[in-house]
Amino acid sequence: MIAFDTLGLKNRRGIALAAVPEEPVERFRTTVIEAVAAEWRIVSLFGMPERSETRLVAVLAADRRGLLGATSTVVGERYPALTMECPEAHLFEREIAEQCGVTPGGHPSLKPVRRHPGDHLPPGRASPAIEREAYPFFRIEGEDVHEVAVGPVHAGIIEPGHFRFQAHGERVLQLEIVLGYQHRGVERLLETADPARAMLVAESVAGDTVIGHASAYCGAIEALARSRKTPRAQAIRGIALELERLANHIGDLGAIAGDVAYQPAAAFFGRMRGECLNLLMTLSGNRYGRGLVRPGGVAFDLTPEMAAELRDRLTDLEHELAPVARLMFESASVQARLEGVGTVSPDTCRDLGLVGPVARACEVPRDVRHDHPYGIFRFAHIPVATAWAGDVLARALVRWLEIQRSIAFVIEQVTAIPKGEPRVAVGALRPGELAVAMEEGWRGEIVHVVVTDDAGGIRRHKVTDPSFHNWSALAAAMPGNQISDFPLCNKSFNLSYAGHDL
Amino acid sequence: MSVLRGDALGFLDFVRTRLQQGTRTSPFPHGGAEFPARFRGRPVRDDAKCPGSCRDCAARAPAAVLQVGADGMVRVDVGASLFSPEEAAACPAGAVMFTTDHRMASTKREGLVSPTGEVDLARALERTSRRLFARSLRLRSVSAGSCNGCESELVALGNVVFDMARFGIQFVASPRHADGIVITGAVSANMCLALEKTWRATPEPRLVIAVGACAINGGPFRGSPEVGNGVPPNIPVDLWVPGCPPHPLTVLDGLLRLLGRIEGGER
Repeated sequence: MIAFDTLGLKNRRGIALAAVPEEPVERFRTTVIEAVAAEWRIVSLFGMPERSETRLVAVLAADRRGLLGATSTVVGERYPALTMECPEAHLFEREIAEQCGVTPGGHPSLKPVRRHPGDHLPPGRASPAIEREAYPFFRIEGEDVHEVAVGPVHAGIIEPGHFRFQAHGERVLQLEIVLGYQHRGVERLLETADPARAMLVAESVAGDTVIGHASAYCGAIEALARSRKTPRAQAIRGIALELERLANHIGDLGAIAGDVAYQPAAAFFGRMRGECLNLLMTLSGNRYGRGLVRPGGVAFDLTPEMAAELRDRLTDLEHELAPVARLMFESASVQARLEGVGTVSPDTCRDLGLVGPVARACEVPRDVRHDHPYGIFRFAHIPVATAWAGDVLARALVRWLEIQRSIAFVIEQVTAIPKGEPRVAVGALRPGELAVAMEEGWRGEIVHVVVTDDAGGIRRHKVTDPSFHNWSALAAAMPGNQISDFPLCNKSFNLSYAGHDL
Repeated sequence: MSVLRGDALGFLDFVRTRLQQGTRTSPFPHGGAEFPARFRGRPVRDDAKCPGSCRDCAARAPAAVLQVGADGMVRVDVGASLFSPEEAAACPAGAVMFTTDHRMASTKREGLVSPTGEVDLARALERTSRRLFARSLRLRSVSAGSCNGCESELVALGNVVFDMARFGIQFVASPRHADGIVITGAVSANMCLALEKTWRATPEPRLVIAVGACAINGGPFRGSPEVGNGVPPNIPVDLWVPGCPPHPLTVLDGLLRLLGRIEGGER
């Protein structure tokens, strides 16, 4: 018997699919549950059709040791769910039920995730009828309890989603989040479209995380093709990833300021977010970095003039940001609105498998750049930023710390960019392999798992956006808070609807 | 400077920061539309460079931007462009390229299609509508099967740089308060009903503005069974704004042309 943790699986390293253990379902459950109870966490759990059945694959990570492991099982139409013993599997199992038509028996809340017909069913199996407009909402009954429904069309310029509150006066008792409105069938497109088009789909998983998803997509493809990027390409990808983080984190601080009606910081941060997008545009021709990250490296080189411009403009930006951050974080009226609101505890964080700044704000130091380093991050280390309170203020502070560290990183990189080609040719994908590419996007851990078929085509492409884990955190953070604090809470997480809905 | 260091924040700190930040609003439409050399704006096609023999550029491009008609003519559909470097590379002879021209919104879908990439730029509304909307336009955003790229640029239109409100254009919280809706996304099956209801809830006369490649023809998601290929035919569109996502100035240029506030070849 092969152990799940000695496969040689690492971030961006392909292994033979045949090397992944295939365990009877009870053993598979025990392996995953015991691993998660020890030091492992579920990075991905998905199904793919295999003959007339479904193979479930679990990818696990031991962050402190930088290890990845994988195991699998083949199931028919039903298997005993993991969720009761391993809560972080809850949404993955709902997803498997919806995509593959396999029922995780005993799942405590087996509701649709995105409301679509099964798109990874074994051949010949028909998808159960789906109801796009009906949803089995949780409901609290009682004389003083009332219900508030918001969405899918919201008041601002926001993606669609539905929020259903059970409230007692102003106090939220329970929040249920229903998503799927942005479901576009991304995974099927990634599996079936030709590579040039699939690259553009990968850039459109979440339009504010173009670099993050494109890099994870390319990381998986490059691992399967055994392609090695030049250090120069790795540095440019790292610079672009941190510019994306800067733009979004700065924008988020502005949006949080806006939601507590602190207009100066909202206006200043809003403008400075745009400066970072414009730097990405200088490099890639697009404000969100579309067209830059391509298999084998980057499509656009960083010229010496651009490097100098990046350095100068980020140095200026550093000096412009600090006084605004001071205005915001040191204003008593702002502090009073951010402190103690929307708290997530470290236990909730571990139970739900949360990632990114949301996890780091409750002192759970998960960061792919640090735990599973890849590309430039193997050579240049960015310290992991954490806070402990787990509230809106902590999430804002983590962003501010990361802004400062990303600026320092980019300035350091552009002054010492390695020589070499920006892009190398990528050959054919190895047949019958599995590769896991993890990327620390600005929202947290992005995971692309790609499995090739016997001809080297794409058999399964599983995408997990950090929002997939973290939407549960927003629902967990709201009870006990006031309904009027919901927009602020929501903004402090700023999760992707498109990234979740795929 | 350390944050949360505890010394009192004074009024002068605010004034100093305000002065340091300066005034950043773009002079647009009187200048301000400058883009870096690599910016991928309106695609163009030079027929003289087209070898005329291969005709497989359409198949090679990762988007439906190039089309070979029954007449054998190659046409550029700016509305279908995803503005990726691969679309220009689809012509090995270099006949297709991206310019830095940000202006490409049209009042007609056909206005986005031509052999050269020329766009029939948006025409002003007829007189009655113009009198109603030219000085005050309230819009409702409906995001329906998008990636949040276009929405991010619509949000950016409200920042101090683009400051769309100075033209009397604003996004409002309800379709009941709106003069029109802005649709982004390929219109997913799960948003079809909500989009139709929002459109019907907007009082007439109402405008419909389709922003981005997805809303125009499905964008990168075109052909997926989970999306329609953009705004459904029962919702008539008054302004088509290409882009993936469109630059905020592309959207603003389109809106100001529709309202008759930019005309002809003005930039």
